[in-house]
Amino acid sequence: MGVLKAKVHVTLKPGVLDPQGKAVQHSLAALGFGGVEQVRQGKYIEVDLADGSSREQARAALDAMCRQLLANTVIEDYTIDIAE
Amino acid sequence: MRAAVIVFPGSNCDRDVALALQQVSGRAPAMIWHRESALPALDLIVVPGGFSYGDYLRCGAIAAHSPVMRAVRERALAGVPVLGICNGFQVLTEAGLLPGALLRNAGLRFVCKDVFLRVETEGTPFTRAYRAGQVVRLPIAHNEGNYFTDAETHARLEGEGRVAFRYCDVDGAVDAAANPNGSLAGIAGIVDERGRVLGMMPHPERLADPQLGGIDGRAMFEGLLAAVG
Repeated sequence: MGVLKAKVHVTLKPGVLDPQGKAVQHSLAALGFGGVEQVRQGKYIEVDLADGSSREQARAALDAMCRQLLANTVIEDYTIDIAE
Repeated sequence: MRAAVIVFPGSNCDRDVALALQQVSGRAPAMIWHRESALPALDLIVVPGGFSYGDYLRCGAIAAHSPVMRAVRERALAGVPVLGICNGFQVLTEAGLLPGALLRNAGLRFVCKDVFLRVETEGTPFTRAYRAGQVVRLPIAHNEGNYFTDAETHARLEGEGRVAFRYCDVDGAVDAAANPNGSLAGIAGIVDERGRVLGMMPHPERLADPQLGGIDGRAMFEGLLAAVG
């Protein structure tokens, strides 16, 4: 019995202001890194699922987790990657 | 007025708002711990300010799914007025009781100061003791108060008169200079479709007693008392 390991990335939707990303971008410029057009900051969440369900079931469960809690779909998008 | 104040781990304005409610109504509110799943008979529910669950994940996200919020949602749907202040506003948006979201302040700073607000509607139980257009002074203290919603929802809020308060200058002018956090259209507080749920970032309970330096917040609690008896 293994564990299904999922990686969830939560990012701000395009068009939603990201002042943190802006501040990081300015700081990179201050360090001399030229040509940084934009920085957007997001979240990376690891979820380990008990094995026993299919990958399809796991994906459906993770999708529900994202919609209900892990992401705020008013302002955020999410992607789900499931590894073995 | 039978009021309840919801208390989460990390709430820190619960006692302030309890005192304001008691001073105005003569009756101490019930303090309801977040693990409770049932509520007594109530005329008002307050979701107070603070840092529920340490602002983990997103401000208000964990609190929005705590057991007590299921009961709060039921009461809100039944028409009991629900007032969310600061973190309480964030909790109500995360719970889906109010539209939109509170983003990180545009200036990236925690802002703690008194601001001027223009009362946009007096047609709610929360704002009935104010006059539309009245300028009041209330404190804000938040890091994520930058109200955001999509254009369609914003148009609906404006069209339905659901913006309760906007940040303004001392003369009531709403502009970028008077906007402390980058909120869309200077929005400081909104109500739900029926005008029974109000979320606002400013703290009426912090200026509801002359000893605190002002009483502009008291009218909110007086209005609620008059509305619910």
